[in-house]
Amino acid sequence: MRTFRGFVVKEFRQIVRDTRTLVVLFGMPVIMMVLFGFAIRNEVNNVQVAVLDLAKDAATQSIIQKLGASESFELAGTLESYDEVEQLFREGDIKEVVVFEAGFSEKLIRDGVANIQIITDATDPNLANLVQAYTTSIVQDYTASLNSPAQGQPAGIQPVVRMMYNPELRSVNLFVPGLIAVILMLISALMTSISITREKEMGNMEILLVSPLKPHHIIIGKVLPYLVLSVINVITILILAKFVFQVPFEGSYLFFFLEATLFILTALSLGVFISSIANNQQTAMMISLAGLLLPTVLLSGFIFPVSSMPQPLQLLSHTIPAKWFLIIVRDIMLKGSGLNYLWFETLILSLITLFFMGVSLKKFKVRLQ
Amino acid sequence: MRTIQFLLQKEFLQIFRNRAMLPILFVMPVVQLLVLSFAATYELREVKYALVDMDQSDISRQLNSKFQATGYFVLEAETFSMDQAVRELDKGNVKMVMQIPEGLQDDLVNGSSVDIQLSIDAVDGSTAGLIQSYGVSIIRDFNREKGMELRMRSSGQNVELAKVINLIPLNWYNPDLNYITYMVPGILVVLVSMIGLFLSGMNIVREREIGTIEQLNVTPIRRYQFIAGKLVPFWIIGMFDLAVGLLLARYGFHIPFLGSLVTIFVVAGIYLVVVQALGLLISTVTHTQQQAMFIAWFIMVVFILMGGLFTPIESMPGWAQELTLANPVAYFIKIMRMVLLKGAGWQEIWLMASVLSGMGALLLAVSVNRYRKTTH
Amino acid sequence: MSETAIITENLTRRFGDFTAVDQLSFEVKRGEIFGFLGANGAGKTTAMKMLTGLLSPTSGRAEVSGLDVYTQAEAIKKRIGYMSQKFSLYDDLTVDENIRFYGGIYGLYGSGLQQKSQQLVESVGLEDVRNAKVASLPLGWKQKLAFSISILHDPAIVFLDEPTGGVDPVTRRQFWEKMYEVSGRGITVFVTTHYMDEAEYCDRVSIMVDGRIDALDTPDGLKRAYEAASIEDVFIRLARSAKRGDE
Repeated sequence: MRTFRGFVVKEFRQIVRDTRTLVVLFGMPVIMMVLFGFAIRNEVNNVQVAVLDLAKDAATQSIIQKLGASESFELAGTLESYDEVEQLFREGDIKEVVVFEAGFSEKLIRDGVANIQIITDATDPNLANLVQAYTTSIVQDYTASLNSPAQGQPAGIQPVVRMMYNPELRSVNLFVPGLIAVILMLISALMTSISITREKEMGNMEILLVSPLKPHHIIIGKVLPYLVLSVINVITILILAKFVFQVPFEGSYLFFFLEATLFILTALSLGVFISSIANNQQTAMMISLAGLLLPTVLLSGFIFPVSSMPQPLQLLSHTIPAKWFLIIVRDIMLKGSGLNYLWFETLILSLITLFFMGVSLKKFKVRLQ
Repeated sequence: MRTIQFLLQKEFLQIFRNRAMLPILFVMPVVQLLVLSFAATYELREVKYALVDMDQSDISRQLNSKFQATGYFVLEAETFSMDQAVRELDKGNVKMVMQIPEGLQDDLVNGSSVDIQLSIDAVDGSTAGLIQSYGVSIIRDFNREKGMELRMRSSGQNVELAKVINLIPLNWYNPDLNYITYMVPGILVVLVSMIGLFLSGMNIVREREIGTIEQLNVTPIRRYQFIAGKLVPFWIIGMFDLAVGLLLARYGFHIPFLGSLVTIFVVAGIYLVVVQALGLLISTVTHTQQQAMFIAWFIMVVFILMGGLFTPIESMPGWAQELTLANPVAYFIKIMRMVLLKGAGWQEIWLMASVLSGMGALLLAVSVNRYRKTTH
Repeated sequence: MSETAIITENLTRRFGDFTAVDQLSFEVKRGEIFGFLGANGAGKTTAMKMLTGLLSPTSGRAEVSGLDVYTQAEAIKKRIGYMSQKFSLYDDLTVDENIRFYGGIYGLYGSGLQQKSQQLVESVGLEDVRNAKVASLPLGWKQKLAFSISILHDPAIVFLDEPTGGVDPVTRRQFWEKMYEVSGRGITVFVTTHYMDEAEYCDRVSIMVDGRIDALDTPDGLKRAYEAASIEDVFIRLARSAKRGDE
């Protein structure tokens, strides 16, 4: 026991002495929170639009005014001719050009129909979609007010939309759970795998293996500091999320921490597994980055919804632990779900953890033989 | 000059002998490109929804059919209990609940207003926004067609037609709103960045850790020769990977190449130097590979996130957009998109390219300066 | 070329409060085999690093091959060879490739390099493994190779840091024979070692304790002065009084 304690203390010391890594380890969650909280968003704000008004009458003026008043748009200029559009787009700042046909108001009164062309720079399809949707919405509002100015309430079916769990559509609510998963993967899997392979590379592993420490002691000793670091990081992120960014937390804290610990164990077991198949740090790092971190960021639903991916990738995402963890955390934080809803995902994570733990342990034992 | 030749020879030999490295240099970028391109999309494929139809009339069924006919909306559950429907939402089985109240058809016929509630799972705000706009659009369309039809039929008189403003969307450069077209140029940037940032600098730290750097420091090798020997091989590999990536983009993904490839390669060459110099700088302030990798990773992630790859720079608040001015990744992504997708030329990008060159020169100067053969 | 290969005067190196090398003053004659002894932590490696231009001194003066270590460090590097403690060969390159690389760095190329490389390989008996990766060679061979590469460019002085560490006695003997041969050609050999028996092979020996040179003479001179039967005894007597080093 004393040898084990000594070993663990040495591991902690080594990490604490590495100030550079520590600064990044603790600074990173904070900086990422700031980025995701403030900067990385899909919300549309102050998109620059230009107007080509071939009618220049009361109706077009009203609509243009409404557009300018909206938070989403910023009127950046007026064009005189269609030819100017191409150059404007090429310069890159304007994302939409709204074109009113000639005789707009007259056509509206006389024929009951008038046309507006919405030209979007669709190199970013998502932005284009959103911009179109917002523009459409503004024009539809105008149309509605045209059709029933006196009654106030237009006839027929009114769609009433209720946004559940995240009424303000804040991107930060979507990203925070993913952030937790990514950071845990980084610390618990990546750092652990590198730490263990470093011992191997430096030749210290053999020394450890012939010491009275049993193989599972060695692994636990190596892994313990990163577990502690992970927990500290999770707490930091949560505190920031709740108090600085007002991310809701509907569910039980205890349940959350249990699930978080489970995921940390999953990540740790993956880190140990990688270190058992890599011989030097560079390899361990590359495998962790390409095989673990990147898929976690891309395929787990962190930023891009899994439901938008083509079928083969959706299947692939089932193998990524973070995907399950994301469902768990998002449901706990935003929907207040409990184990009765999340038992399936929890089970999967547990199975993955046990599997990798078992395989790694076996590999380490084989080394001794 | 000869010295550099010998250095390059040694580096290339080492790179190609490193079994573990080779797949990373050549296979991983391709795999990344493929996976990333398909994964990185916000397209709505299918929206599973639950229906609570308290009216059970022809009209309500027609509305439901209209939703399903779009191909996006898939009816997953139907129930009379709103609670049960919401529970499906909680469980994540559906993304939307549509509640049709009793008396829809009647209210529609006599011209009064009636609410249909759409409860949308808004955890993913972006998707929710799209679902909302599609759903509302469908209902409004339906309202216009059916509403008038019904009123005219029942009252037998001509109801005044509501005014309509047609919105004609025109999507330039990417008419199908194809996500891949948008993402691939940016992903190519990421690929090139990974190679540039990680490999050169890491290599130097590795030599330091192993001890071979000391042997080199004792020789008459000049600093710039050593550094050139470390940067050039990976520069060549990075450019090569970019070329392969571009080939894939053109013939595999059918991305339009409106602009000049020469421009792309020139800018890429400059960009690679910037990123490599950054990696070099990191290597001069770290002692171990672990530190170097960690710091490099962190910087890369921040740059990529802020670079407008996944979320548009236009969505960022003012201060964040200012910060983008110092982000080489953002510049390169913008240039790639402008040149490839919109056919922009030197006239439009010369300023950005100059900024990149300036960054590269500065970073190189600082890191070469910091690199010392003699410790003081 | 002068008769003095290396001369130092009050050479000192401090790291913060810690004085690793304290006012070192000594001379090394051209062509001699100079043994630089000392316990772990005595300051040997630090001193050697200053003489090879890897570390700059805090104060004091030193000239290597007539060149000043402060202002002419890069020029010194052209005239010296170095074999570090870790042998610093590239494990993933072959014997031939290592020779070609280091030769090239020192300005040897073409037929001249080929000729020298052939000579070198034969002289250490490594012709058969020319194309084998260095990683596959046994320790003794690696070390022979590293030494030969360090003198490939005919330096004036060669610095060897624990060159025989971990190697069997037969190979050590062979190694010293090479060093005699090299010294016979006029190359000054500056070697640090832990093996006290090897100290007997040197022309002169210095013993560092706590950053200072406590003794400097021929092996016989030292044994007489300290009334010891072997250099080992001399060393132990001096090292006992040391404050630094292994506890």
